[in-house]
Amino acid sequence: MRAKILLLGVSALLLAACADDADDDAADATEDVADTTEDAADDTDDADDADDTAAPEDPVRIGVVFSQTAGAAVYGETQTQAAQMAAEEINEAGDVAIELVIEDDASDPEQGITAYERLIQQEDVSALIGPTLSNVFFSAGPLAQDAGIPALGVSTTADGITDIGEYIFRNALTERQVIPDTVAAATEQFGLERVALLHSDDDAFTVSGYEIMVEAAEDLGLEVVSDQSFATGDSDFSAQLTSARDEDPDALLVSALAEEAALLLTQAQDLGLDVPVIGGNGFNSPAIIDQAGEDAEGVIVGAAWNAAADDPMNEEFKAAYEERTGSRPDQFAAQAYAGVYLIAQAIEAAGSDDPDAIRDALEGLSNVQTVLGEFSFTDNRDADHEGVTQIVQDGEFQILAG
Amino acid sequence: MAQQIVNGVFMGSIYALFALGYTLVFGVLHQLNLAHQAVFMLGAVGGWVVSVTFGMPLWVGVVTALVTGAALGLLIERIAFAPLRARPDNHFAGLISSIALGIILVALALGTFGPDTERFPREAFPRIGFQIAGASITVLQVAILAVAIAMMVGLTWMVNRTRLGRALRAVAENERAARILGIDVERVTMGTYMLSSALGATAGILFALAFNTIRVEMGLAIELKGLAVIIVGGLGSLPGAMVGGLILGLSEVATIAWIGSGWRDAVAFALLFAILLLRPQGLFGAPQVREV
Repeated sequence: MRAKILLLGVSALLLAACADDADDDAADATEDVADTTEDAADDTDDADDADDTAAPEDPVRIGVVFSQTAGAAVYGETQTQAAQMAAEEINEAGDVAIELVIEDDASDPEQGITAYERLIQQEDVSALIGPTLSNVFFSAGPLAQDAGIPALGVSTTADGITDIGEYIFRNALTERQVIPDTVAAATEQFGLERVALLHSDDDAFTVSGYEIMVEAAEDLGLEVVSDQSFATGDSDFSAQLTSARDEDPDALLVSALAEEAALLLTQAQDLGLDVPVIGGNGFNSPAIIDQAGEDAEGVIVGAAWNAAADDPMNEEFKAAYEERTGSRPDQFAAQAYAGVYLIAQAIEAAGSDDPDAIRDALEGLSNVQTVLGEFSFTDNRDADHEGVTQIVQDGEFQILAG
Repeated sequence: MAQQIVNGVFMGSIYALFALGYTLVFGVLHQLNLAHQAVFMLGAVGGWVVSVTFGMPLWVGVVTALVTGAALGLLIERIAFAPLRARPDNHFAGLISSIALGIILVALALGTFGPDTERFPREAFPRIGFQIAGASITVLQVAILAVAIAMMVGLTWMVNRTRLGRALRAVAENERAARILGIDVERVTMGTYMLSSALGATAGILFALAFNTIRVEMGLAIELKGLAVIIVGGLGSLPGAMVGGLILGLSEVATIAWIGSGWRDAVAFALLFAILLLRPQGLFGAPQVREV
């Protein structure tokens, strides 16, 4: 029975490959894991023949959209590496064959839409991963929903992502799941009473993080003494930081992307504003430490992935990633890596490349062992697993001592 | 309060330096060079490459930016303006061709430099700071401010006191008369573009040092502000560009400090608009009289 479904799926794939003769421009961005489909397709004029010619190795195509350039490149780069690594491992293990078709959205919603359109209409993918930024996901996600193709966000943490529809999933803990715990842990650690808020006001993710920070501060009884905003792409934060400094806060709560975050940390030090900085998910990258150097010391950020985890799965992941890229993985790498495994597991469970079957299988996944810990989807297709609170010490993310 | 004034003056002086280049070309040659924003970016890129990739001291980077700017000025004049000079509509044609050249330069930078933000290594800067009346200032900021002011003073002195300055003013006053008096108008034109672009490129490297960020789109954000500054200051007026730059920088900071950071651009530009309503010729501009 299962073999028959597989054959049917393969014949559909071959039909699509026949129809798609202008496929060559995809080559530059495509990770050719097992590129035998198209060759076979050239010889197959009638889809009925597929029953005789189909090879069991034909991979299921998964579209991947990450921000490999521009603002969010610090995240997209590691995500891409980790996703490719996961795909290679999965194909090597051989339980299921997948092929990633990777596109860059240049951190831009318009280009995210273009990438999704291409993957859905021309590449005929069975599932989608990404885009990197919530802002881009909000624009591109509805295309997957309309086309009935499951899309998994692996770094999109803003409120409302999975409200796009029942084909939209994510394995990234939301800001709402992480930030309140982070602020509470920092409040306990440093005895905070007065905090200053700063956020970038033109990005869906940073605004969502900011709103949650306001609520978290309220719930903890913290006094908000200053509330400032800036624009994504700004370079000068001195006026906002000066206003915050004049109110003499115990800590800064900052919702920003890594680009702005690194600059902001440096300028805060230059202005003599030396208080703990509690960041949203945008701070959750070693790039912050690389770029801000010692100015990043003491930054507190909640994370979905425990970089210090020493279970065998994580040890293996970290070693393989470091060998591959020469740098240590961050949370974004871990989430992208886990994301590809989740999709592969759903494909295996579905036993077909039919998007609807994969969607249903994804929804049914529960208590899957991943590098993020024991993973399930919530009823709303959001991530459900344990998070941690980290602090930057000696140039590294450490677990915040309680 | 003192800190906010320092912040505003600091930002304003970079706006002013950028706007000076715009207004100089307009004042002397009555042309608007819209490739100026590309010069701003390439100055920063040039300085960064020399100081970070080749490991030269920062001041060499600043000098490189200045020289790069001058060379680009010559290039812009020769490519975008000189071939069109004989046309009766050369002001307008030059405006369009300079937009085109600006886009080409940005695209070239994007191709070679890439779209990512680059930074100076943190240890490249001396991190010595001091306090004046409650305002924290770093040595780097003082140096940047000093370079900006020195360039403004130097330019004013040059225009008013030197031979080249006199030739500039003569060409600005009446090109034909200047030619009859034996002034080499071609050379003055090239000199003006080189000077203007050197100022723009220096503004670029100072901006990059001040906020430690270099990206290919950095010129686009300041382009509109630079235009606003020279229009408010009075087209072609050097003191106008300086004062206009400071007004813009201070009003941005004041808006963040007292009204709300989300209103920054809205209030700053509304203020500039209000100034234009009261003085349509700009703060320092006199109708029909061109100053250089």
